[in-house]
Amino acid sequence: MAGAAIAAAGGSAPGDRVEWRLAAPLGLTYLVFFAAPFAILLGISFYADAEQTRLGLDSWTKFYGDAFYLKVIFDTLKLGLFAVAATTLLAYPLALVFRASGPKLQRLLIFIILMPLLTSVVIRTFAWIVILAREGVVNQTLMGLGLTAAPLNLLQTELGLVIALTQIEMPLMLLPLLTIMNQMDQNLVDASRALGASKWRTFFKVVLPLTLPGWIAGATLVFASATTAFISQSVIGGARLVYLPALIWQQSTVVYNWPFAAVASLTLLFTVLAGIMALGWLGRFAKTN
Amino acid sequence: MLPRSETGLATAQPLTLDGITHSYGGGLAVDNVTLEVKGGEFVALLGPSGCGKTTLLRIVAGFIEQGNGKIIIGDRPIDTLPPSKREIGIVFQNYALFPHMTVTQNIAYGLAARGESRKLQEERVAEMLAIVQLETLADRKPRQLSGGQQQRVALARALAIRPRILLLDEPFAALDKNLRLDMQIEIKRLQRQFALTAIMVTHDQDEAMAIADRIAVMSQGRIEQLGTPVQIYDEPASLFVNGFIGSSNLLAGTVEAATAEGYRVALSTSTSWTVPSRQNFAPGAPVLVSVRPEQMTLADEAGEGRFPVSLKLSLPIGGELIHDVTAPDGTSLKVAVPRRPGVASSRAETAFCALADHARPSLFAKP
Repeated sequence: MAGAAIAAAGGSAPGDRVEWRLAAPLGLTYLVFFAAPFAILLGISFYADAEQTRLGLDSWTKFYGDAFYLKVIFDTLKLGLFAVAATTLLAYPLALVFRASGPKLQRLLIFIILMPLLTSVVIRTFAWIVILAREGVVNQTLMGLGLTAAPLNLLQTELGLVIALTQIEMPLMLLPLLTIMNQMDQNLVDASRALGASKWRTFFKVVLPLTLPGWIAGATLVFASATTAFISQSVIGGARLVYLPALIWQQSTVVYNWPFAAVASLTLLFTVLAGIMALGWLGRFAKTN
Repeated sequence: MLPRSETGLATAQPLTLDGITHSYGGGLAVDNVTLEVKGGEFVALLGPSGCGKTTLLRIVAGFIEQGNGKIIIGDRPIDTLPPSKREIGIVFQNYALFPHMTVTQNIAYGLAARGESRKLQEERVAEMLAIVQLETLADRKPRQLSGGQQQRVALARALAIRPRILLLDEPFAALDKNLRLDMQIEIKRLQRQFALTAIMVTHDQDEAMAIADRIAVMSQGRIEQLGTPVQIYDEPASLFVNGFIGSSNLLAGTVEAATAEGYRVALSTSTSWTVPSRQNFAPGAPVLVSVRPEQMTLADEAGEGRFPVSLKLSLPIGGELIHDVTAPDGTSLKVAVPRRPGVASSRAETAFCALADHARPSLFAKP
């Protein structure tokens, strides 16, 4: 995933004289622990029954023929898009502030941005339960201010999950964006202003197109991790909201229908890949324009 | 609205900087600079890095807000205007062309930002492309252009908006040496054609001499001297200007007396010269006499105003022969004389050093 993101951002062609043997240790590890299990997973998905006695496409047709499961795919995609949208809207203004800051303030900002990564996802997720619960900080503040009479349902809602994921995934969006934002030549911004462009026009015509590769890298990471965030989805979304990761867990360890779980796994994989490819395509589209 | 002539070009606007002062974190970057640039004049801000020339340029462009002082274009103060409203064309050292846009899009950028019609944009872009002779490269991206071509696009982009003032930030620093003279001529031509008031920042004295009508030599945030290139070279106002512009020989001495032609100075090389100066010196004052290498000469025999030197080295540099000589008191001097074809070094090991005819030495108080 990170590799795809970097390729999308940089896009340099590999040379002819690459010493491929350098990649052998990791390559072999991937072959044994990723490619081989993936092949097995693909094989299992073509069993028709949970006991894996009969071959057939029954698992695939059952999954893709059922509106419930299609909605799970749709909701998972939607969750990823919402997380990307929310992190984008918050990250761009912060990246502009970061760019305008001096080196001391930049170091402080980087520390604050990276701090969430120093805490485990489980702890961050449980912290959000305390904040979003019916008797949590948000509801108590809203009720104390008289803005709402009854506590809002934030836990086990898509809104609550997007809020939590936005905070949890924020560093993934910010790091590539801050890097590219900091590299951008200030003279380009100055040139645009001197030529008569307003600050908004300068942002949309110069800053945004030139920082798009960083955004694409960040958006790819956020999309990939939001759609696969099993812990956050399960803990904050609860049983009411079902996404593909939870479905896979349920089918493989509760229902023990491995062929069906394999179909769901492959669907999740291709959903994420489709998102990444769409972002990569957007990057190429932006470059040629 | 600005007064426009029949060709649609604004008449050249004077630019006045009045007591501009700016400090960064405690240090004064620009210290009470007052400068009046006449309409259509080309002024170079010349100085070493850190002298405040770039800060001053960025203040005029509006990228930095000055701590104190006023900027007036024509008769209108522009201090409160954002950069987008100042109608100033600026060419950056690295050209700052928008890398994601074609040459055409770059040139049209300022026109589009002003909400000009598509028709006017197309006409103006075609006109600018013709002026900088880049018609064939209209659809290229900046990275597909050479340095000289990029600079011409940057100029076309800056001039397309018909600016009132043109600012150039080290415009030739990134160019090959061979290309520099061509671009200097090109910029001068465009500046005249568009009747533009221009300010150029540079650390290269040759550039400033070649292109500017007047040069402001800056040091430590202040203008040390403002004058024509010839004035700056022939009559440097301070020891700093003297050292920064061209090369010069410094001879220590003491003022003996004031005469009608100037001050008679007893040099440490055991001879005395009469040097004119506008400054006042009391008899007995320790001074430095500065002479340009080409304003000194070597003679075979001793005589009035001559002192003996020993020749160390001779360098044939093009049409000149540069002699490195040492006076008896240890002062090292450079003497440049016209080189006769076929001659690569001096004939003798000792000679007598004297002022050439029409030499114009400068006199400075010894710091």
